[in-house]
Amino acid sequence: MSVLLVVIACLGTWLYLHDKNVAILNPKGIIASQQVDLMAFTLILSVIVVVPVFTMLGVIAWKYREGNPKATYEPDHEGSKWLEVAWWGIPIVIIAILSVVTWISTHELDPYKPIASDKKAVKVQVVALQWKWLFLYPEYGVASVNELKMPVGVPVNFEITADSPMSAFWIPNLGSQTYAMNGMSSKLSLRADKEGSYRGSNTNISGEGYADMHFQAVALKDQAAFDAWVADVKQDDASAYLDQDTYDELRKPSKKTPVTQYDGYASGLYDTIMHKYMPMDHAHKEGH
Amino acid sequence: MFGRLGFDALPHDPVTIGGVVGGGLAVLGVVAAMTYFKKWGWLWRNWLTSLDPKKIGIMYIAVAVIMLLRGLADAAMLRAQQAIFATSASSPISPDLFQQVFSAHGTIMIFFVAMGVIFGLINLILPLQIGARDVAFPLLNSISFWLFVAGMVLINVSLALGEFSAAGWLAYPPLSGLEYSPGTGIDYWIWSLQIAGVGSLLSGVNFLVTIFTMRRKGMTLMKMPIFVWSVLGSMLLVAFAFPILTATLAMLSLDRTLGMHFFTSDLGGNPMMYVNLIWAWGHPEVYILILPAFGIFSEIVATYSRKKLFGYKSMVWAILAITVLSFTVWLHHFFTMGAGANVNAFFGIMTMIIAIPTGVKVFNWIFTMYKGKVSFKTPMLWFMGFAVTFTIGGVTGVLMAVPGIDYQMHNSLFLVAHFHNMIIGGVLFGVFAGITYWWPKFAGFRLHEGLGKAAFWCWLFGFWFAFIPLYILGFMGAVRRLDSYDPSLGWQGLFIVAGLGVMLILLGVFFQVVQVAYSIWKRKELAVGSDPWDGRTLEWATSTPVAEYNFAHLDAVQDRDAFWAAKQSKTKASTKFTDIALPKNTGTGAYVGAAAFVIGFAVIWHIWWLALLALLVLVGIVIASTLREDEDTEMIITAAEVAATEKRLRGAGA
Repeated sequence: MSVLLVVIACLGTWLYLHDKNVAILNPKGIIASQQVDLMAFTLILSVIVVVPVFTMLGVIAWKYREGNPKATYEPDHEGSKWLEVAWWGIPIVIIAILSVVTWISTHELDPYKPIASDKKAVKVQVVALQWKWLFLYPEYGVASVNELKMPVGVPVNFEITADSPMSAFWIPNLGSQTYAMNGMSSKLSLRADKEGSYRGSNTNISGEGYADMHFQAVALKDQAAFDAWVADVKQDDASAYLDQDTYDELRKPSKKTPVTQYDGYASGLYDTIMHKYMPMDHAHKEGH
Repeated sequence: MFGRLGFDALPHDPVTIGGVVGGGLAVLGVVAAMTYFKKWGWLWRNWLTSLDPKKIGIMYIAVAVIMLLRGLADAAMLRAQQAIFATSASSPISPDLFQQVFSAHGTIMIFFVAMGVIFGLINLILPLQIGARDVAFPLLNSISFWLFVAGMVLINVSLALGEFSAAGWLAYPPLSGLEYSPGTGIDYWIWSLQIAGVGSLLSGVNFLVTIFTMRRKGMTLMKMPIFVWSVLGSMLLVAFAFPILTATLAMLSLDRTLGMHFFTSDLGGNPMMYVNLIWAWGHPEVYILILPAFGIFSEIVATYSRKKLFGYKSMVWAILAITVLSFTVWLHHFFTMGAGANVNAFFGIMTMIIAIPTGVKVFNWIFTMYKGKVSFKTPMLWFMGFAVTFTIGGVTGVLMAVPGIDYQMHNSLFLVAHFHNMIIGGVLFGVFAGITYWWPKFAGFRLHEGLGKAAFWCWLFGFWFAFIPLYILGFMGAVRRLDSYDPSLGWQGLFIVAGLGVMLILLGVFFQVVQVAYSIWKRKELAVGSDPWDGRTLEWATSTPVAEYNFAHLDAVQDRDAFWAAKQSKTKASTKFTDIALPKNTGTGAYVGAAAFVIGFAVIWHIWWLALLALLVLVGIVIASTLREDEDTEMIITAAEVAATEKRLRGAGA
């Protein structure tokens, strides 16, 4: 009966999900793929412990139920050295294995570590605002709001800060989120391996418009397609220039900000935003 | 004169007005009934001024249950919003209100439900289990309770006057700073927690001293019931962790009211310091709640298996290991804040290590049933449900303890599902089991079994229906705290299932309410003696209902399961009695609580003269209470009265 229920529940869940984007289990980049593998490994290791536990729980509870004439009753039975050694021993071994895996994987998946590649990485500076995302492409001199473009197969090194309450930058199909904080530049390296448009969002509450704070990360076919996009933005008459005044206007809280592209921005904008939050004397020493 | 308090503080939106009117009418109804039946004097003399930990415990649980209903109402609103209104253009719940509701839900459930019910059970059971007549500092205990009540009232007043925090249950700056949250919401949050938190700290110290100094003769540490051990671990955590909370809230408050810069983004402040500090309290807090639940289950499994607890020493060491380790893992709440790989890996591994002693406990509970005679009464069902639910929560917890996985799952609904898995499946199931188990000791009748079992199954299935969809939504990239999302994402179906799950849980709560009411109605049929479950520990050695002085005799105990051993050896209680001194009732606790409430309220609204005045009054009350002579604070129950009470409660045979 209960097995049937579980089967029906699983089937129903699969039917519901099969045409939807289960982003984390559907990785489109190298980091997210490694994370799914890591998750599967950890889960299998846990199941090795959990299955015997549940089996024992069920079997012992059933066998020693009150009124079972076949069960022995020993009210003073209060321990067994070997069983207890096993209880401590088995989890210690499992956790020891998992610890080694944790140590190695934490270093491998360190968001600050640039992804190794023979291609030159693209640098993107990300600014969390109330309630939209600003992306600056310093090597290309363009910028965009609420839409991130990146080439497939090329690592993207993000520098992430906030001119808003603490936020977090996350593209689940591509992997690893990172906090965006005032006066600090967090780092994150991602690589998309498949063309497509992936939803990204803020995961850390940042005020009333928090739920609106999502964007699309568009992975373009290759570096050439990305270069073509940059050229387009620069030529497009609709693209504006993001000077300090335009930025100050953009910074004001707003919801449902449309995708915007800029064919250029005030030099040092990212540093200006960062230094706003640094102590005065510090900023002076660095010449701002 | 009234600081920033004015008529604009009254609620504007219909949902809040509805809540205020509904809540207000309920309070008015109770007040009117109390007045009509002339029960105020009775309430004041027998309950509110009582220093009897049994009565204080019952009052804690009563407050916590009312707050549970409020917290559940909040949860139902959140689920309704996400299931129905999140994809539509208009909703009765505005984004700001939605954020206040989830902030209130988390704060209330942790501070005023979980903490309240745990402290309630500790008050009821701990003195009895160690064979004592009281706690170490009875007046301090009453003050702790009233500070808890003051915090609870303050958080509910925010509904009617001003607003509540919209910054989540832990209010990270800079969002909780003046720049982004200039209103009174964060201040309500700070002061209700600050006041209740000081109460918790005082309780922690009180119970630690009680355990160390008031155990019955012969009860060495290694003969203490395992629930007492679990409370010892929990209270050690309270004593070390709550000062961190007090200091952190004080600093945030200074930032907000005096323009200081502990946690601001500029002028040398550091919000990351806040995140570290709040979790240096917040993680131990989880264990403050779960350790006593472990203790409750240990008692229940042994009693209903009619057998000694398996691996007592392992259990003790596991509790102590968890106590120490719980201070070494706080950073796992923010792996994504950018600490280096070494730091993240260290905290990840420490987190997994906690799974070892926890796993040992699960094995020991299972093997306590081995070679026992297991009676599947309602508390045992809660245990079975807990064993499955909590273990699965443990697996999702170990997943998130791996930093590489947490980078993906953090702040998603997967995380939300995980911690509800631990807190509902662990803490809440534990206290439901405990309340059912110990109920007859204090009421003289047991709770109805069938209704209890119905409640259990509703809670269990309701829990899984409510939270499996959240796990899946987490995998789909849905983050926590969303008041709206795009329908094209395909999340709505799962949110609807989660909403149905909550309705099932509410049905379970309904059964619990009916269970209590029905059991009171049928109390004659459900009446039981002083030892209905064939108990093992000293609380079952008392009469039912428990005499004010708990134990007429303080004979030395010989064995770990002291009462079980006494029953086996058929020890006869002596009929010689002596005078017993107990503390007299006093209103001091209630006055301190009232003064603390006024201080909090006045600071929130910047009514400085009132805050100062209330502070002076509070200090005055405390000084005055220390000046009282022994004869004013103590009453003597004479040997003859004890003999009469024992005869009345235990019948002629005693």
